[in-house]
Amino acid sequence: MSSSGMKTEKLPGWNRPPVIDTDGEGELLEVAMGPHHPSTHGVFRMDVVLDGERVIRLKPVFGYLHRNHEQLGQSQSYLASMPYTDRLDYFCSLTNNWAYALAVEKLVGQEVPERAEYLRVILAELTRVQNHASTIGFLLQEMGASGTPLMYAFREREKILDLFESLTGSRMMCNYMRFGGCRVDASPAWLEATRKVVAGLPAFVDEFERFLMTNEILMARCQGIGILRPDLAVNAGISGPMLRGSGVNYDIRKIDHYGIYDRFKFRVPLGDHGDIYDRYMVRMLEMRESISILNQALKELPGGPVMDPKAKIRNFRPKPGEAYGRIEAPKGELGFYLISDGSPNPYRYRVRPPSLINLTVLEDMCLGSNVADVVLIFGSVDIVLGEVDR
Amino acid sequence: MLGDGILKGLAETAKNFAGSFVSKERMTTVEYPEERLPLPEAARNFPFLVYDGDDWEKGLRCVACQICEKECPPKCIYIEKSKDKKPDYVGKPQIYPAKFDIDISVCMSCQICVEVCPFEAIKMNTEFELATDDRFDGLLLDRKQLARSNEYYHQIHPTEASEVDARLAEEKAKVEAKAKAAAEAAAAKAVTAPATGAPAVPDAAKPAAQAEPKPAPTTKAAEVAKASAMATAPAAPKPVPGTGTDGPAPMTTEDRKNAETPAKTNEGEPKA
Repeated sequence: MSSSGMKTEKLPGWNRPPVIDTDGEGELLEVAMGPHHPSTHGVFRMDVVLDGERVIRLKPVFGYLHRNHEQLGQSQSYLASMPYTDRLDYFCSLTNNWAYALAVEKLVGQEVPERAEYLRVILAELTRVQNHASTIGFLLQEMGASGTPLMYAFREREKILDLFESLTGSRMMCNYMRFGGCRVDASPAWLEATRKVVAGLPAFVDEFERFLMTNEILMARCQGIGILRPDLAVNAGISGPMLRGSGVNYDIRKIDHYGIYDRFKFRVPLGDHGDIYDRYMVRMLEMRESISILNQALKELPGGPVMDPKAKIRNFRPKPGEAYGRIEAPKGELGFYLISDGSPNPYRYRVRPPSLINLTVLEDMCLGSNVADVVLIFGSVDIVLGEVDR
Repeated sequence: MLGDGILKGLAETAKNFAGSFVSKERMTTVEYPEERLPLPEAARNFPFLVYDGDDWEKGLRCVACQICEKECPPKCIYIEKSKDKKPDYVGKPQIYPAKFDIDISVCMSCQICVEVCPFEAIKMNTEFELATDDRFDGLLLDRKQLARSNEYYHQIHPTEASEVDARLAEEKAKVEAKAKAAAEAAAAKAVTAPATGAPAVPDAAKPAAQAEPKPAPTTKAAEVAKASAMATAPAAPKPVPGTGTDGPAPMTTEDRKNAETPAKTNEGEPKA
């Protein structure tokens, strides 16, 4: 790549030509970061090639948490895949449920009652808030602020998880949505509790912002590091806060208007440098927008059933056809692609995981930066290994 | 100013630390084994089997229809049907699970078995301290370990349990009304036939309550009701056996056949 006349070196097993040439002094050092590195959010390995402190090549290695998700989905009924979707991105099980339900509803042309749509929006936005809060917490943890900011984020997350538990029965593996609505209705007491939690969220975001936005350590470590150019982001199929952090205005809530998102007023925050700080700021601002959507949805929530009475739970046999349902999950575009051949099992069940696809530009963001920054850049991608490996 | 952020952060930490001694709001954790948070009513962990009455074996609501076994995503349920039958809550003879095992090391607490069960027989428990050092038998629960009384169900999920009870009572009332109507129809029929119509009415009017030893009258009556509803013509029901005598009729082969068919259709019904 480099046109300088320095010697380039081909290493076996690396299909990419070296971007930065070694200057001939010393030797390259290959290091395997992970799979048990504490910053890898699970079991993930980065094989980095270092020249001193600088990363000159990086190869993500994943698959340690592979659970055959897609094959499982093809060998069991449509309903039986629903609890498995909880286990993809286990931080945001409700948005996973929604994406899968949306795909199946598209496949069979199922309508969803008003109230269920509102409940879905409320739960998805609560999920987004808790996901972004914990992502920022983890990012700070990786920056060396060990414990405290993460625990502040988790304190807030726990309030939201309590809401999930009292509605769906489980904190993380909610398994709440069904084809044609939601499993159980929200009681007035639950809505009251939700209003209370939502009313307390802006104070939490304010607190986070007050301490973090102008924090010199955070600015020094994040600004200008891990830059993702918008053209590369678009070409690589990046989505979610990462794409918007690079300044590309692309939010599926605004584009697809899936569910009832066209009824709510919200803005799409965009970054303009594409560095870690922008991604962090986009998440921060998205939390604020989510809170505003939550307030609108909680105000407008209509009565009525939460499940289409004609919807079938068992013996679900869609007509032959295919459908792709996608939503703006907290991490990016989460899509489920289904092909039905008329049998009770899907013929093809494919997940488009945002975490995996956002991870593909990791090398491009890391090249030339220090090893310590790799951890931060990786943290700013916001992945969950359950979704990467499936 | 350099160091500004650190000072601000430390001040907040100190504020929260000191505040946790005075304000309950700032105490976000509990000291778990000594102190427990109350579980929300919707909490779920692993399934259990509900039984009515005192005897877990007699009162099990499960009729071994094997729907949950089929629908369970990780296939952690194993059911073996019984050879004989026992009466269910409306007094209809039903097969029961001779074996009902759940491997809770495989179960993923998804609640789909509860959703698909047409008999309200399987529900989610809230017990979570199930750690054991026996990896195999300790986590493979048989039907005796899974059985919990309806009272226990009321205790852990009060609203849901009362709804279920109301639904079951309604169903039972419906069956009883049907039986009664059938008995009346049979009585009306019997009036046209010479002499004895009267004994048939009290005989069938007290169906489900004492149905346990001899389920024949109710099922017979229900069968007759169905038949008369279908055909309304006098052709359908044969004179009820035993209308002439005081006691319930002995089981004839035809009765046995009748008793068997509802159970069979019942088993097939949810699949349709």
